[in-house]
Amino acid sequence: MFEKALKGNNYYWMWLAFLGFFIAVAAVCYLRQYFFGLGLTGMTRDVSWGIYISQFTFLVGVAAGGVMLVLPYYIHNFKAFGRITILGEFLAIAALLMCMMFIMADLGQPLRGLNVLLYPSPQSMLFWDMCVLWGYLLLNVLCGWVILTAERKQVAPPKWIYFFVYLSIPFAFSIHTVTAMLYCGLPGRHFWLTAIVAPRFLASAFAAGPALIVVIALILKRVAHFDAGKQAIDKMVTIISYAAIANMFFVGLEFFVGFYSDIPGHKHTLEYLFFGLEHHGHVYNNLVPYMWGFVVLFFVGIALINYPRTRRDNDLWLGIGCASIFLAFWLDKGIGFVLGGFVPTPTHEIVEYYPTINEIFITIGVWATGFFILTILYKIAIGVEHEVEA
Amino acid sequence: MDIKRRNFLKVAGISTLAGLGGTAVVDRLVAGAGVAEAAAGGGHGAQQASAGAVRYGMVIDVKKFYDDPGLGDKAIKACHQFHNVPQFPDKRDEIKWIWMTHFENAFPEAPNHYQDEANQKKQLPILCNHCDNPPCVRACPTKATFRYEDGIIGMDYHRCIGCRFCMAACPYGSRSFNWREPRPFIVDINQDYPARTRGVVEKCNFCVELVQIGKLPACVEAVADSKALVFGNLNDPNSEIRQILKEKYTRLRNPSLGTLPSVFYIV
Ligand code: SF4
Ligand code: SF4
Ligand code: SF4
Repeated sequence: MFEKALKGNNYYWMWLAFLGFFIAVAAVCYLRQYFFGLGLTGMTRDVSWGIYISQFTFLVGVAAGGVMLVLPYYIHNFKAFGRITILGEFLAIAALLMCMMFIMADLGQPLRGLNVLLYPSPQSMLFWDMCVLWGYLLLNVLCGWVILTAERKQVAPPKWIYFFVYLSIPFAFSIHTVTAMLYCGLPGRHFWLTAIVAPRFLASAFAAGPALIVVIALILKRVAHFDAGKQAIDKMVTIISYAAIANMFFVGLEFFVGFYSDIPGHKHTLEYLFFGLEHHGHVYNNLVPYMWGFVVLFFVGIALINYPRTRRDNDLWLGIGCASIFLAFWLDKGIGFVLGGFVPTPTHEIVEYYPTINEIFITIGVWATGFFILTILYKIAIGVEHEVEA
Repeated sequence: MDIKRRNFLKVAGISTLAGLGGTAVVDRLVAGAGVAEAAAGGGHGAQQASAGAVRYGMVIDVKKFYDDPGLGDKAIKACHQFHNVPQFPDKRDEIKWIWMTHFENAFPEAPNHYQDEANQKKQLPILCNHCDNPPCVRACPTKATFRYEDGIIGMDYHRCIGCRFCMAACPYGSRSFNWREPRPFIVDINQDYPARTRGVVEKCNFCVELVQIGKLPACVEAVADSKALVFGNLNDPNSEIRQILKEKYTRLRNPSLGTLPSVFYIV
């Protein structure tokens, strides 16, 4: 089936070349980092995880979000998703590969990565995270490929694959739950130490993942003559709306607990993220614009995808709405959640983190690699669709 | 390879204990309960501390460090020199095993807003607490951070993958990471202790290599005259450290987290 990725129009090749450029830049940047050490990043002993791990966290959500297509189709027999579940599965594959790349970029000793397998440590959440991420990746590769092959041959998929399809559903939930547990089980990091992290992660994932799929589906409609169908899009928009609102509800609860209880530890990070935190006469607020960007984009997005005229009559507005939701939750989880958790430090100092250019280019490069993989996977999937239709 | 070394260290630890005299064996039977009380710092909900024969701990006399600002420097110098801790010009690369800080930073849960300025400027040393219930060990996905039988939390620099999960997990900020190659920044290299490579985490190791051959940690030795730092076996009721803990009012850092630090502060 790979031959389908080798035939395409000029735009297809230009898009791949565009991504390839960023991948090449990132490769050079990564080599620099590899030979110098993580000192080329903006991280310090106080903010010891930066945008690599925050992108990782966000992308686990994007991967898990694909389940919002798989679940209605296979469990509730919602037929309209038939054409696009494969988009969800392939998005999960690309997102998970990006996750793995971000982890590798973040390791101080990447060549020793296998130590996690050689000395398995079940008390560490990172160990379990690795297990479920790999599990979910393999499940999606397996299910996506088998189902697509069957479709191409125009036969029903083999029965045994349904076992793995159903298995992938709890796995999708588990990847984001375990990723949440990386954070919410750490004593002394008050912002993360809350049971609502996992539900909040899932809610924002179930909004951001499908939002990206809607945007991609709208693009594919124009550039690849692939119509996901009005009903499918409409249903996804409903899912996105509820999930996005749930996420905001959880954020609101965090604010209530922090500010009503008035316990300093519960408030500090929220203050730092949204208003700036005063400390010894200096106000630290480098993330404030991002967090308000998150709030504003959420409201813009939710309005656009729910106001009937922008939702149903105009693909452009719908696309912008979904893109806003995606971007909003990227700011929330891909920036604020991880970086904010390190402020203040355990010894009540405040150290702000600024990524370096090298680090930013590696990050862009990993995203570009992910979209490169995604483009190829979607090209194959749509190639098969067209072949079947023809 | 490192398993062998670790077993060797264990054996070394046990033989040190044997060297301390026969009473230790008897004491071990009565030690557990008493220490749990001491370690919990009076807090509720803290678990039973480890009941092994040996659990190393340290008492830090804050007033002595306040009175003699030179003491802290001595301890830090001794430690960082002995362990080849690099000195980076850029603070963002900083690595430290023991350092001086203000009371409000060491004990953020116990602020005193009424101190005069002179007192606010004074500093006390902080280092890894060698928690009896260490979150860093729990978080480590490779067991590169591990607990010796005698309660010391050690590091295997050859196994560490540099994921820094332990740094996020430590609620005391005790851990540092080698953001870049440390060797060029070691001022005066000590051939008896390994230097680290970039990409691994490090922290105070309670001088495990000295302690397990019956010596005192370098920082304790450096300020020995003042008795500002006292090191010993918390599970031996007759040890000097236990005598001090019996008599003096001490504090633990962030006791509510249940980590059961082994470093006590006389405040
Ligand atoms: S102080 Fe931090 S590094 Fe030391 S044992 Fe406790 S949790 Fe681990
Ligand atoms: S950085 Fe090293 S010691 Fe810390 S958790 Fe990762 S592997 Fe363990
Ligand atoms: S106990 Fe040893 S390693 Fe720890 S601070 Fe003192 S000298 Fe350094």
